[in-house]
Amino acid sequence: MSSSDDRQDKMSATRRAVLQGMAALPLASAVPATTMFASAARADTPPTSAVNTTGLAVTDTEVTVGILHSVTGTMAISETGSVQAEKLAIEQINAAGGILGRKIKFIQEDGASDWPTFAEKAKKLLVQDKCASVFGCWTSASRKAVLPVFEQYNGMLYYPTFYEGLEQSKNVIYTGQEATQQIIAGLDWVVKEKGAKTFYLLGSDYIWPRTSNKIARKHIENFQKLKVVGEEYFPLGHTQFNSAINKIKLTKPDVIYAIIVGGSNVAFYKQLKAAGFDLSKQTLLTISVTEDEIQGIGGENIAGAFACMKYFQSLDNPNNKAFVEAFKKTYGDKIVIGDVTQAAYLGPWLWKLTVEKAGSFDIDKVAAASAGVAFDKAPEGYVRIHENHHLWSKTRVGKAKADGQYEVVFETADLVQPDPFPKGYQ
Amino acid sequence: MFMGYTLSELGSIFAMQAFAGLILFSVFVLMSLGLAIIFGQMGVINMAHGEFMILGAYMTYLTSQLFQSYLPGLYGIYFFVAMGVAFLVSGSLGMLVEWSMIRFLYKRPLDTLLATWGLSLIMQQAFRSIFGAREVGVELPEWMMGSLPVTDTIEVQINGLFVMGLTMLIAVAVYLLMFRSRWGLQVRAVVQNRTMAGAVGISTERVDRNTFGLGCGIAGIAGSAFTMIGSTGPTAGQLYIVDTFLVVVFGGAASLAGTIASAFTISQAQSTMEFFMSGSMAKVLTLLVVVGILMLRPEGLFVLKVRR
Repeated sequence: MSSSDDRQDKMSATRRAVLQGMAALPLASAVPATTMFASAARADTPPTSAVNTTGLAVTDTEVTVGILHSVTGTMAISETGSVQAEKLAIEQINAAGGILGRKIKFIQEDGASDWPTFAEKAKKLLVQDKCASVFGCWTSASRKAVLPVFEQYNGMLYYPTFYEGLEQSKNVIYTGQEATQQIIAGLDWVVKEKGAKTFYLLGSDYIWPRTSNKIARKHIENFQKLKVVGEEYFPLGHTQFNSAINKIKLTKPDVIYAIIVGGSNVAFYKQLKAAGFDLSKQTLLTISVTEDEIQGIGGENIAGAFACMKYFQSLDNPNNKAFVEAFKKTYGDKIVIGDVTQAAYLGPWLWKLTVEKAGSFDIDKVAAASAGVAFDKAPEGYVRIHENHHLWSKTRVGKAKADGQYEVVFETADLVQPDPFPKGYQ
Repeated sequence: MFMGYTLSELGSIFAMQAFAGLILFSVFVLMSLGLAIIFGQMGVINMAHGEFMILGAYMTYLTSQLFQSYLPGLYGIYFFVAMGVAFLVSGSLGMLVEWSMIRFLYKRPLDTLLATWGLSLIMQQAFRSIFGAREVGVELPEWMMGSLPVTDTIEVQINGLFVMGLTMLIAVAVYLLMFRSRWGLQVRAVVQNRTMAGAVGISTERVDRNTFGLGCGIAGIAGSAFTMIGSTGPTAGQLYIVDTFLVVVFGGAASLAGTIASAFTISQAQSTMEFFMSGSMAKVLTLLVVVGILMLRPEGLFVLKVRR
């Protein structure tokens, strides 16, 4: 046991050493010819005037970016993981030599779970701090609040959360999945695998669950020719689900399709279990419960449920192993990583790759160069930016286990194309 | 929606639905009793009530962690210990708050609203700094989970029964304390005429402090019990505060019986409507009905007949 652990440690240590060695390679080979090395270093670090023609906060040694999330207020529960992931990615990029020879410096602002505050802080980051890019926002409401700011002052936002779609902007890269990517593959899977015929749709009452359930209903009724036996919404923060659970008992759906968020989630799963639902017999598919949420719900209350998203902490690939290890090393062993946290981690990396491809920090050039940028070291596996600024990504179904982790039971064979304005689903 | 069901199926659904309404009633009573005591007996609007509940929930979390590490054999009964701890800690903090803040504001009731709101923000941030921004999962002993089959089709939730039992116990205890004990007599005397109560030798300051402590302590127990059905996070208290105020105001602020009657009315209305329509619509209708009744009876359901 311990020896295999050691081996794993050593292996990843070697991997790190190789990476660092690669970064330092020009230095080692250029020891005899110092002049050559100096010119190489200059070529590595193009002059600021060449890579920054619009007055962003870029110097010869540093580039400033913004991190804009809620670290206070209701949303702090969800956004903490994203902040941690973005900081980790920036740290790793700096350790590997930075971007175009420049180290990344970040300015963190607190959106305080308040949408006007988000807009105000976004303006501060763009106008006063001249950030070359901003990683941030979590709820759709906060994104909608900052979008006009980013478009007016021409900034670049990397937005990590899976969301309802129906949006596309030159100034935003959406690193989470839009609704059709997350929903359709999961529904197809549950019909094929579980022989599901009837669905009961549940959600918290705001734009994301409503739009997602609308897409789910269209897919179930028009494309799969199956039946939705109930659909209902609860105010955010609702804590009493016994009546709804009785209705589910009455209608006996093959699948409970749940998009409940926040504290309500905890109440829902605890009461579902208390009402005698055995999730190993009753199929429940959710798109809103990541490993982060399970911590609050308690693994024993949700074990057996299925979640459909693009990333699970338990993904078995070398990228993810290195990522999880680095994350735990930085933030402690007990930390869990959910889908959005991983998507937030992609932000700084995708930006780095795009800047390098564009050879410039200019917003217009970065926006134009984004399409086609691929990141093959992503913990979720290979991802690529589509022309519509969303990501091509795989969709996976995980089965919740009592220890709070998901076991991946299905993954799409190919990358799923992002389609923020799906035809036939409006 | 009832097409194609047999009579017995419908019967059992209605039975379970009635039970769901009773659970909601118990939850409402439990969460509003503490507030009703403080609001009704002292005239203080405690906006930090939800945070005192969450303090109780966090105490339950800590107790469960302690039992898991040091007394795994007794894990089955940790919940009872946790409720005691929650009562003591929330109650003591309540007394401290009364001593350091509230007692200077008795003559300015609206300022207590601001002060306790500030207190709620401070407590939320304290929870966030101490326990982290993420929610914590409170694990329950195995026997408290699941449901009891009454017949083949009717099942009742064990944690629902637990909450109902607890609510009844606390309601009876509060009744005995307020209306059958010497201390309760003092409290009521202070409420009715503070100056005279002081003149006959009742220490009004001590009565105030204990009353506030009792209200907060009951909030702590409620929070502890709610770990069974809800979430435990820094801002989870906000989830309960609206319903709590609704129940207390609707019932008539000064009357404990009114609180219970109002909890019953609102819970039954809400759970019935939730069954027949979507959760959001049920909430809207409930609020509309409450607003309508309050327009007709501004003082709430039960009004104390006092000469003003």
